[in-house]
Amino acid sequence: MSLATRIIPCLDVKDGRVVKGINFLNLVDAGDPVEMAQIYNNEGADEITFLDITASSQGRSTTLEVVRRSADQLFIPLTVGGGISSTDDVNQLLKAGADKVSINTATLKRPELITEISESFGSQVLVISIDAKRSRSGSGFEVTTHGGSISTGIDALDWIKEAIERGVGEILLNSMDTDGTRAGYDLELIRLVRAISPVPIIASGGAGDISDFAEALESGADALLAASVFHFGIYSISDIKRDLDRKGFTVRQGNQIGQN
Amino acid sequence: MIAILDYGSGNIRSAQRAFEKTKHQVIVTSDYQEAVNADGLVVPGVGAFGSCMKALLKIDGDKIIRERQQEKKKTLGICVGMQILFQTSDELLNGESIKGLGIFPGRVVRLEAPVIPHMGFNEVKVDETSKLFKGIEKERFYFVHSYAAKDPVAGANSYCDYGGGFLAAIESQTVSAVQFHPEKSGAAGLALIENWVSGL
Repeated sequence: MSLATRIIPCLDVKDGRVVKGINFLNLVDAGDPVEMAQIYNNEGADEITFLDITASSQGRSTTLEVVRRSADQLFIPLTVGGGISSTDDVNQLLKAGADKVSINTATLKRPELITEISESFGSQVLVISIDAKRSRSGSGFEVTTHGGSISTGIDALDWIKEAIERGVGEILLNSMDTDGTRAGYDLELIRLVRAISPVPIIASGGAGDISDFAEALESGADALLAASVFHFGIYSISDIKRDLDRKGFTVRQGNQIGQN
Repeated sequence: MIAILDYGSGNIRSAQRAFEKTKHQVIVTSDYQEAVNADGLVVPGVGAFGSCMKALLKIDGDKIIRERQQEKKKTLGICVGMQILFQTSDELLNGESIKGLGIFPGRVVRLEAPVIPHMGFNEVKVDETSKLFKGIEKERFYFVHSYAAKDPVAGANSYCDYGGGFLAAIESQTVSAVQFHPEKSGAAGLALIENWVSGL
């Protein structure tokens, strides 16, 4: 008896539509988020993540509507990230039907937000999203914002330690060096974070080859998030689960029981 | 009619939609009489044990659940909505231990595993007398929690294992509860909800 590895497709959403591009540039339209989420659900996704890449400046109500429509049809956990900066934002998303929120920039500006959210809703709703990039100082990884384009000078491991102390439920570990490249997850980054993190780690950024997923798990990830490989049909979720199963990892088989 | 007890924040919408899949009328309410009268009452729960208990007491949720128990009406606790049915929890609120409803004896304890919270789909060792898991004994269900009850209660006890065994589900004549989220467990979760509803 053991816990199954979670495979989490991430839908980057802009103005209510799914997009994903290399390093967040040159975005390509790839469909309706709710429809996509439903397809992934049927394929055996264990959770769905929406990352609203325009939420910081606009489209808040569009996002809430997408979340509402998804929650009406989707009976697996839904995480929403992008532009969340207060407990009020979190409350609105949870009420709309999100199970967790993923926060990056706002907690960097005001770390107390982690404590506030964790105390108001429980730490399990909070996924702290880290855009880590290789640097020459400290642990070798620093925290960036705005899709990796802005350096914060904050050491990634120091920040993760603080976030855990303040009460996050999970870490979404995104490598900005590998994101969108399909060159594989940054395994060194995963290993470093695993060594200091008692909370689950979701590896993100760089999945391309089918063997990348097992490697991330071997390096200490608890869950695997990917976007491009799923959107462009390079691999299906069941392809990945089959490969993991063959390599001895525990996965949840499809989602067909009692479906109507 | 099924009532989902609304006594705090969090995602109740998913539970509402999942129970609506059974084709029964579903209301989300914090009204005492509506909650007592419903054929089935669902007690969700997210966040910490103590804050959940406090919010529940504010709407007399304790009295609602007890009155339903006396009238032999069925109630289903989900996640922390299961934990609060026990006497107490190791999870403190500002350093303070908070009393649960005590419908089931025993305490809720912290899970002992290297990675906490226990998050994701896990298997359940289903009690032979279980009705909730009928036809879905081999399925996985979505858990997200750091605490759980471990000591068996009167009725059906189904277990999960994460750094040691704990109660994944309990079923008594009136009050049943699941530590996982059936409304987030895909098709298997919807089947479990259907099983509970068909016993109302």
